[in-house]
Amino acid sequence: MSKESKIEIRNLTKAFYKKQASVTALDDISLTIEDGEFVCIVGPSGCGKTTLLRILAGLEQPSVGDFEIHSEMEGRPLQSMVFQERGVIPWLTVKENVAFGLKMRRMPKAHIKERTDYYLKKTGLDRFSHLYPKELSGGMKQRVSIARAFANDPEILLMDEPFAALDEQNKFILQEELLSIWAETKKTVVFITHSIDEALLLGDRILLMSAQPGKIIEQIHIDTPRPRTIEDIRKDPIMAGKFVDIWTHLQHEVQLSRKEYG
Amino acid sequence: MKKERTRIEHDPFAVEQREWKQRQSKERYKQLLTIISPIFLLLLWEVMSRTGMMDIRFFPPPSAILGSFYKMIASGAMADHIGVSLYRIFAGFLAGVIPGIIVGLLMGLYSPIRHFVQPIVMALMPIPTLALLPIIIILFGIGDLSKVVTIAGSVFFPVVINTAAGVLNIDRIYLDVANNYGAGKVQFFFKIALPGALPVMLEGIQMGQAIALLTIVAAEMMGATSGIGYLIWTSYKAFLLKDMYVGLILISFFGYLFSLLLRSLQKKLLPWR
Repeated sequence: MSKESKIEIRNLTKAFYKKQASVTALDDISLTIEDGEFVCIVGPSGCGKTTLLRILAGLEQPSVGDFEIHSEMEGRPLQSMVFQERGVIPWLTVKENVAFGLKMRRMPKAHIKERTDYYLKKTGLDRFSHLYPKELSGGMKQRVSIARAFANDPEILLMDEPFAALDEQNKFILQEELLSIWAETKKTVVFITHSIDEALLLGDRILLMSAQPGKIIEQIHIDTPRPRTIEDIRKDPIMAGKFVDIWTHLQHEVQLSRKEYG
Repeated sequence: MKKERTRIEHDPFAVEQREWKQRQSKERYKQLLTIISPIFLLLLWEVMSRTGMMDIRFFPPPSAILGSFYKMIASGAMADHIGVSLYRIFAGFLAGVIPGIIVGLLMGLYSPIRHFVQPIVMALMPIPTLALLPIIIILFGIGDLSKVVTIAGSVFFPVVINTAAGVLNIDRIYLDVANNYGAGKVQFFFKIALPGALPVMLEGIQMGQAIALLTIVAAEMMGATSGIGYLIWTSYKAFLLKDMYVGLILISFFGYLFSLLLRSLQKKLLPWR
């Protein structure tokens, strides 16, 4: 690999201990993610992909193993997360939500205003900046969540199925918007999804995970040139092949776990 | 150029406007019902007591109660009773709400404190503060202070319980957001814990307000030389039932007023709901 590595995950294992049934959510995962790479993790629900993300986000501790995020700039936060739909704080206005990370790090006021205004405009939220989230649609709320993460200017971005709750049309629009913001900043992204289409559209690399124990079973590189649109992905026969590939893999996984538990 | 067929309405806005008007008049009708209902009750009372369907000795007509209210105001005694009761209610309310909020927040934020304090709160809550009134009077005298303490003791519990519940019921995802974006302890308190707990906390304060009014009347009936409760009690003993009803209606009026005030405060403090 020509580029330098941004995230290094070494032998990461996470087990959940319960009296009746202990679970190995992540089993000895080692992984290197390059600087500026957009990595999508796809897997059946319960495969530990969210656990992996939460560990990277510092919200959970690994049982064994460790990881490292290489910092480029002094004072920059290591990571910021785009949560699922409910992650927007209801008692803060759109503007305050976007400024949240910067405020928590006590950045100078002028800097906060400049970065907040920039991303409000970028996500088309500037007209709604004084509204509370209850007045926004689901798509708008996710724009707030994305703007908040980018405004915080972290070393890497973590996204936990941010578009899962949206309808198809909104999903396509937000995916393309995300790509255009990402293209401008070239940040390293770890993106979790269960939608194969979404992974094919967004990712440079797709990691397939298996469930219980959570392992990475397959890697697929997507070299379709950017900027990509959803039409490009749908029309491209190579992509169609990759879709079927991933589909059969996941299908196999789901069937396996069904046999084990059924 | 009108044809026969255009008699049927085709303008969609006209149709919608007609429906909108219907909805408006329905709303007005409901508002009217809300205003009418207390007036209706008073009128019914008036008629029943004047026609003898209700015993006029026990239920004097509202017009007569109003008359004695004017007399009491004119004599100057009324203002003193109201003033002293309101002072006790406010002081007792604040003396219960402020520690209630502080203890409730501590319980919500620190689980060791919660586990230590919760059994004490649960064990003390069922004891009516009024049952302790004799001891409170011995300790704090027959003046304002004993009433303030009694009210504070009753108001404290709903506030403490609701505040703690308010903090505990904040959706976990907001704690994750605060963590992930590096909120410090102070920032977490002011940006997440306090605003997140506020809706449930205000419900507790609303409940405390109602309890304060219930408590003041009983406390002043048992050991006081002034106040609305004292007025009710002495009027009752002298069988001046008109005067007694003046006291009861005053309490009902203030309860209604305070509820309205707290509701509007709620709207101001929770614009995001």
